[in-house]
Amino acid sequence: MMKSLSENRESLWRLIVSPSVWALHFLASYVTAAIWCAKFAPASGSIAPVRWLIAAYTVAALLAIGWNGWNGYRRHRLGAAELPHDADTPEDRHRFLGFATALLAGLSAIAVIFAAMAVVYFQDCR
Amino acid sequence: MNPAPNDPEPPAHTPPLELQRAQEDRLRRAWQKPAGWRYWSAVNNTEVGVWYTATAFLFFLFGGVLALLIRIQLAVPDNDFLSADRYNQVFTVHGSVMMFLFAIPVFESIAVIFLPQMLGARDLPFPRLSAFGYWCFVLGGIFLCGSILFDAAPRGGWFMYPPLTSKYQPGVGADMWLLGFSFIEIAAIAAAVELIVGTLKCRPPGMRINLIPLYCWYVLVAAAMVLFAFPPLIAGSMLLELERAFHWPFFDPVRGGDPLLWQHLFWLFGHPEVYIIFLPSIAIIAMIVPTFAQRPIVGYGWIVLAAVGTGFLSFGLWVHHMFTTGLPGISLALFSAASEAVAIPTGVQIFCFIATIAAGRMVRSVPMLYTLGGLATFILGGLTGVMVALASFDFQAHDTFFVVAHLHYVLIGGSVFPIIAGCYYFFPLLNGKKLSDRLGRIAFWLLLAGFNLTFLPMHFTGLRGMPRRVFTYPAGMGFDLLNLVSTIGAFLLGAGVAIVAWDIIRPKKRQPLVPRNPWRAGTLEWLPAMPPESWGVRSIPEIDSRYPLWEQPNFVRDVDEGRFYLPDAEEGKRETLVTSVIDATPTQCLRLPGPSFVPALAAVSLGGFFILGTFYLWIPALVSLVIAIGVIWRWLWNGTAVIPEKPEKEIGLGLTLPLYRSGPESVGWWAVVITMLAVFVAFVSLVFAYFFYWTIHDDFPPAGSQGGPGVFWPCLAATLLLAAWALTLLARRANRRDRAGVFSLAIIGAALLALAGGAAILAGPWLTGLDPTSHVYPAIVWLLALWTALHAATGVLFHAYCFARRAAGRMTARHDIDIQNAVAFWHFVILTAVITVAVIAGFPLVK
Repeated sequence: MMKSLSENRESLWRLIVSPSVWALHFLASYVTAAIWCAKFAPASGSIAPVRWLIAAYTVAALLAIGWNGWNGYRRHRLGAAELPHDADTPEDRHRFLGFATALLAGLSAIAVIFAAMAVVYFQDCR
Repeated sequence: MNPAPNDPEPPAHTPPLELQRAQEDRLRRAWQKPAGWRYWSAVNNTEVGVWYTATAFLFFLFGGVLALLIRIQLAVPDNDFLSADRYNQVFTVHGSVMMFLFAIPVFESIAVIFLPQMLGARDLPFPRLSAFGYWCFVLGGIFLCGSILFDAAPRGGWFMYPPLTSKYQPGVGADMWLLGFSFIEIAAIAAAVELIVGTLKCRPPGMRINLIPLYCWYVLVAAAMVLFAFPPLIAGSMLLELERAFHWPFFDPVRGGDPLLWQHLFWLFGHPEVYIIFLPSIAIIAMIVPTFAQRPIVGYGWIVLAAVGTGFLSFGLWVHHMFTTGLPGISLALFSAASEAVAIPTGVQIFCFIATIAAGRMVRSVPMLYTLGGLATFILGGLTGVMVALASFDFQAHDTFFVVAHLHYVLIGGSVFPIIAGCYYFFPLLNGKKLSDRLGRIAFWLLLAGFNLTFLPMHFTGLRGMPRRVFTYPAGMGFDLLNLVSTIGAFLLGAGVAIVAWDIIRPKKRQPLVPRNPWRAGTLEWLPAMPPESWGVRSIPEIDSRYPLWEQPNFVRDVDEGRFYLPDAEEGKRETLVTSVIDATPTQCLRLPGPSFVPALAAVSLGGFFILGTFYLWIPALVSLVIAIGVIWRWLWNGTAVIPEKPEKEIGLGLTLPLYRSGPESVGWWAVVITMLAVFVAFVSLVFAYFFYWTIHDDFPPAGSQGGPGVFWPCLAATLLLAAWALTLLARRANRRDRAGVFSLAIIGAALLALAGGAAILAGPWLTGLDPTSHVYPAIVWLLALWTALHAATGVLFHAYCFARRAAGRMTARHDIDIQNAVAFWHFVILTAVITVAVIAGFPLVK
């Protein structure tokens, strides 16, 4: 087990996967809507294609976040340990990073759902 | 606490007393402050950080005086205390000073002082960079504040919207703002680089990522945010200055520009900036609360979530400042959703603080008073924030005093109160003296009462319809009494600030020293004996816990007696440890540079470029820039990548570490990559501008004679630059294999190709006759080409530098920091070049 907990196999990048997915989802949704309304539809035009696209982005984003979050949760549950993961051991460092990853995944998922709710209520470019 | 089984432990016996004294003498000599007038050449965090904080605080007082002038003017209807024009200058400078010269610098300056102490490091990895940042800040700040005394200050509000600031304000005020703050933002980015590398690479051995003080998490997040938030503003400022100085029409609708682009770029900076201010301030609270609850923080992982989560979400809020600009409803809804979501992590950390206080036994103290006052105030501001995040409410409240009230609740509650709490808490670490409890309490109640008296009524003034930034109002509109109350409150607030200021500067000679660790805190910054020595930490400890002072037995004794790492300065050099990112395993003993005037000289000469540019004195400005490049060259030549006299050094506890490392193992390489990341973000902002214009125009790029830079020259440029990049890589390899001939050929070839590539990218718009003043399309193409050419030219400087270093024997096959950093820089050059060519030559083809 110790080998798999080596520092070289750990990465801070995994911590920010979920929020980065949120950022991509957010940017993609915004850009899609902005370009559609500026280039392809009149002000009162329908945004139906945008809604479908954003729905697709949302499913993809939630899948990615779910995967990252589950991964984090599993690392948090390694062995028999409880919070606050504050021991000076590779195990607790591993659990802590997993725990923080899982929490960030949760927050990112909520933020993605918030954003997706926008297309539930809006039907045109006004 | 549960130390790792194979951690090195300090030796059980006391080192001989003579040895301890000798070590202390050597350390003291190595870290001695320069005396006399040379004092100003100091670069150590304990000096630079204190100057930085004090200067920021002076700017705060200056901004505060301007606020009082505003309140005097608005106290009664139809007042003529200030003219409309003077009033415009006063509120513009007030907002700009508070944001750019107080709130951001003070976060960085406090971190410069305390981050090394919390990390048990002797200093941050680039002391001269901190000093450089400080001198840039002072120079830019004085320049900007001074302008108001000559009736020449900017008048466009702290967010400088064009076309007001591009067409209708001919004086130098707007130029001062644009160039002065771009200069200061360079300083802010320099400090951010320092703080990121410091947090990731200069922790004490054993301080794994799950053990670092929460303050460091917050600072890491805020500094990373600076890298992504400031460059869009620098890019925007460049566009606006090009329009003002050279008539490139980026924001002029007649020639295809759009003022709304400024708002996007400004708020892409401006909203994250609010959190860049807030997070490091709340970080101080995260250090104060456990101390006065006398227990570890509750929910460490949750607070990390809050810091990182806020850092991300805050980039999805910028359009909520633009709800009334007529964007499609769907766009507003997306930003409204993110603005509501950011309340979640913000709330989480506040619940953690409350839980910590509830679970511990709270010790009553002045820092705690400010902490609680700040949290209560901030929560009120947060609640009105949730209100204005709803687009429909914002339509009503936009540009009224309601927004003024909201932002002051957030910033004063979320930043000023915590910073004053930090003043009272950390002050003993500066000179071993405490601030006065009595004055602190009096000031607190004045501040709290004055603040609420000033800003609570403004909610109602705003809801009754009073717009912000008007210099007066007629009587009988329902604003009179509310404004008068606000003015009275502002003076109470001012009195509170004056008392705090007096408490800080009053002579404390006769006051006794406080005992060591006066608040009985658990984290490393409280290690020093009183008064603290300038070496920072006597020996760099092995960390087993989040609160080593509470939980590690004999900890203070072992540090003091030099039983841990680096207890000595045998060679009389300043040194600290570099450790790995995740587990803080020691990897290098880093030699740090000592006092020098070079950073100040570099700041003055670079400042000359910006300041002379403000007055359109382009020739002297360019001369100043050349001098700056020369000074920086000299700085790097003598002060960086120095080949040590021996490859390794024993640092105690049986550990021997290398003195020189290069590439990703060296702190300098990280600094280059992080800095270039920020530069790259500025470039992305320009690319964003290109596509922004595409979305608003039916015909972009326009057909016909303005058709574009063609395909041939841009593609030739990309090919030449790719070849230059490949030769740079080859040069690195040849150097590593010690093949001098191949190295020289490769590096000279790379430089020539880079020059040719830079020329070719400019040849595109030049030979196709694009006129940047005619329309926004040629302007943005020219700008992207110039940006790339400038990168290539800088890349050539890197080539020349490496060539010279090797010729002078300062770079060898093993000691190859310079060429490694040059390669890192060239990765960004090539990325920039390829994207530029794809955009300016490729996009017109696919369109």
